Parts: sequence; structure tokens; C-alpha cells
Amino acid sequence: MLARIEITEAESQQTLEQLSGVFGLIEKMQAIDTTDVAPMAHAQDVVARLRPDAVTESDQKELFQSVAPAVEDGLYLVPRVIE
Amino acid sequence: MIDSSLRALSDKLAAREISSVELTRAYLARIDAHNAAVNAYITVDPEASLAQAEAADKRIAKGEAQPLTGIPIAHKDIWCARDWRTTCGSRMLENFRAPYDAHVIQRFNDSGAVNLGKTNMDEFAMGSSNETSWFGPVRNPWDQQRVPGGSSGGSAAAVAAAMAPAATGTDTGGSIRQPASLCGISGLKPTYGLVSRYGMIAFASSLDQGGPLARSAEDLALLLDVMVGFDPRDSTSLERPEEDYSRMLDAPLSGLRIGLPREYFSEGISDEVRAAVETAIGEYRKLGATTVEVGLPASELSVPAYYVIAPAEASSNLSRYDGVRYGFRAEEYTDLLDMYCKTRAQGFGAEVKRRILIGTYVLSHGYYDAYYLKAQKIRRLIARDFAQAFEQCDVIMSPTSPSTAFGIGDRTTDPVQMYLSDIFTIAANLAGLPGMSIPCGIDSAGLPIGLQLIGNYFSEARMLNAAHLFQTNTDWHTRKSPVAAS
Repeated sequence: MLARIEITEAESQQTLEQLSGVFGLIEKMQAIDTTDVAPMAHAQDVVARLRPDAVTESDQKELFQSVAPAVEDGLYLVPRVIE
Repeated sequence: MIDSSLRALSDKLAAREISSVELTRAYLARIDAHNAAVNAYITVDPEASLAQAEAADKRIAKGEAQPLTGIPIAHKDIWCARDWRTTCGSRMLENFRAPYDAHVIQRFNDSGAVNLGKTNMDEFAMGSSNETSWFGPVRNPWDQQRVPGGSSGGSAAAVAAAMAPAATGTDTGGSIRQPASLCGISGLKPTYGLVSRYGMIAFASSLDQGGPLARSAEDLALLLDVMVGFDPRDSTSLERPEEDYSRMLDAPLSGLRIGLPREYFSEGISDEVRAAVETAIGEYRKLGATTVEVGLPASELSVPAYYVIAPAEASSNLSRYDGVRYGFRAEEYTDLLDMYCKTRAQGFGAEVKRRILIGTYVLSHGYYDAYYLKAQKIRRLIARDFAQAFEQCDVIMSPTSPSTAFGIGDRTTDPVQMYLSDIFTIAANLAGLPGMSIPCGIDSAGLPIGLQLIGNYFSEARMLNAAHLFQTNTDWHTRKSPVAAS
């Protein structure tokens, strides 16, 4: 549900089997002791760069909205959320 | 013309022996003749390509050419190219026209290269066989019943079928090297951070890295000169002095120390792959290199760690495909939540959904430490193993893939089997190291075998040197697939 993907009854059994297989593979990680090992999030120890707080992008709203599934008056349309 | 190296094409263009329009037309004609069989391209746009070729010819006439000006290059359909359909191999982006250029595309455009078309790929780069594409599988030009590898399978097949002189790809767990190996061409994944990820549709951001695929190391060097460059729009782009990647191509190999990881020559490799790789290493010894056995014990866990980290990052990156701002939207739904769920159920294929589900699970509350954090710790151990190995050697060599190209459909029902085909390539991504594959043999079924080179950070020029001298002394990289010969 968190993934926001609908899975039908018919798909669920096969999905479960395949995911179990993958987790069987993943569980092999537990075989190694990693106490005191610092987690590595990234290949290079890069520090986030800062830049001046200045506007660098031009307004391309129309171009970007031209690829949207449903737009009206410059707004993205979605099903009604609040009744 | 079709058999020429990039350097030779560049010289012919500069000498006005051929025009970019003629060259581009020749490749478009080959695509026209062979794409129905190989399915290497998702989109070709002859009008757009020829317009760029005409502009290149004018630039050459004015004496303002750069090495790649006028040369057609195929681009993996993961790179946004303005006004080109950019699908990432997915139904989700089937009709998406990119409103901007990726940094890499911009750099090729600035260099005067011609965009020859967008190549087929596993959906969102998730796959090792190019069978997960919404646009159908790519067929290996050496045997059309077999896969070209993936995820940059279309790019590798296009080069191997002489439907492009060179191509771009991306490599998250082997997606440049494994298809290069299976298609008998050369491919390079640079050090993480050298090629900007701006405009490259994200899969696993801490692992994704763009790179070139071509017929030779010499060609790869020319492509790398264009692709590498600092870009402030990618937060992990590295600021480094500009390099000429061809500068060391002919340097002698005497004194080169080759590390052979014992874990990468264990069981599970086909006998013919092992024999070809050992022969290639023998060739290096003749060229003056020495070999030393090294250990990469944590690499054994690279596949499990990768299948936590990559899906975790993917589940986050792919949350943007919600049917609201761009891309596919389901036709029928009840409310907003139902629209998201149906859009994603119909827009994504099985492998992508599987990875999103895995990623969502390993990041969820209560499981984070056991999976994601554990995988990141193993990642550290893998990087440490490499650091220790590089105290003893300059480059590590191994097979790129445990087997040659497998049959279409052979591994689609068992994801774990498929995942294990990247067993030798994944560790370099986790550590962020540069990796390469070059052809080093042909098996008894007539299929190419690849040799993998893994170098230390930023040692691309030396790796290209090692690959180039091998290619100067052997002819595996000049062998042609049946499609290329026709």
C-alpha cells in the first residue's frame, strides 16, 4: 500500500513467491558481522555545495505543463480530494 | 565508412572526404534495414538527426570542428533530449517528450555530434537482459535468439550491429559492462561523480553513472572527453581539472600490476569464459604486466547489498510517477488514491514494481536497520576491500559476466537467477570505482566473452591505456557480429 501500486488477487501469489526468493538472497547479508562499521551512503565523500540564494531558473511553466495528463488554467487536474 | 573508428571518421570529416550528412544517412539506412530484427532503437528521427548533421557540416566548413563534430552517436533512452521522445523503456513515459536536455546530451550537442536516435533499454534501467522494456526485447546481433544483456542492451546491440559507431549508456550495477561483454564491444563506467546525472532519469542515485559504449578503447576515450565534466546541477558532480583521456593510450604496460580477485574466479563461471579470461591475462603478462592474487571477501555480499540499496533508492526516485505532472495516467479510477495505484499498476512493468515493493519494504519503519543500514555497512566493507587490493595492484581483472549471452526468456521467471548475472560488476558500483569491459574471446557457440577491468578512483586514462594495448595486440574487438557483417 505504501508503494501505491495496485496488486490484483491473481498477481499476489506470484509476487509473494518472487519477493520471498529475493529476500532469501538479501538475508545472506546477515551472515557477516558489521558491528562498528560506519554505513556508507555514497561513493565519494562529497559535501553538499551551497550557492547564492538567487533565482537561476526562468519561468517555463507552460512548457513543463505541456507534458501533463490533465491541466486547466495552469493547474494540474486530479480527482476531487475534499468533498 | 561503417567500419571506421571514431578517430578515422573524424579525420575523414575534417578532410571533407565524407560529410556528416552522408555518414548520418549511412547509419540511418542501416537502422532502417536491421532495426526490425534487432530492436535496438525505440525512437529514430531522421529529420532531427539530419538537421544536426547539416549544422555539423557547416561547422566543419568553417574550421570550427571538435573531434566528434559530425559523428552520429546513439543515446540510451534514459537521457532527456529536448523535443525527443524519452521513454526510459517504460509505458509510464511512452509519450513523454523531454522539455530539456540532459547535461550529457548538451555536451554532445555542443561538441557538434549528431543524435542518431534513442536506444532500447530495460525499463527504468532495471534488468540485465533488456527483456523488461515496454518496447520489447532487444535481440543480440550475434544470435538473435539470445539477449544482448542490459540494461543498456539497445546501445550495445546498436554498436555491435553497426547501427551506430558508438553509443551512450548508464551503469548502476553493470548496465554498461555486461551488455558490452555479451555483445562483443567495449564499454566503460567512469568513477562515480565524473559524468553528470542531470537529465538522466534516476534509478538508484548513489550508484547510477553514465558512460560510453564503442568498438574500442580508443573510441571510448574520445567519448569520455565529451561526457565527463562538472555540472553544478548534479549535487554529486565532482569538480576536477579537465583530462585528456587519450593521453596515455600508448604508454607501455611494463610494470602494470594486475590484481586477480580469487573470489571472481570461483565456481559458477563457464569454462570457456574462464579460459578466455586466463588467456587474456597471459597476453598482458607478455606485454610486461605482472599479476598478483588479491582478496575481495565482502564482494560475495555485493548482490544482496545491492538488492537492498538499489531498490530502496528506486522506490524513492520512482515515487514521482503518479500520473499528475507528466507521463501515463490510468483511464479509469475512483478517487485520487485509486488513480495513483492504478496508474502505477498499469504504467510500470513487473520488474519495476517488484523493486519498488522491495525498496518500500526495506525502508519501512522497523526494518530500516536490518536491511538498509546493514547494506550500507556492507557497502563500506566492499569499498575497504578494494582500497586494500589497490595497495597491491593498479587494475583488477576478472570476467565481466559468468557466462556468455543467454537465451531470450531463459531467466525471466526467476528474478534471483537474473540478478546473479551481475555478480562481478555490482561491487564497482557500490564502491564507486571505474569499471570496463573489453572483448577477449568467442565461445564455441560463437558468442563474445568480455574481460572486466576495475581501476582505482580516477584511473580511467590508465585503464583505457591497458585496454588499448590489449586491443593493439589482439583482434577480438574487430570481430563482427553476423548483423554487422550483413
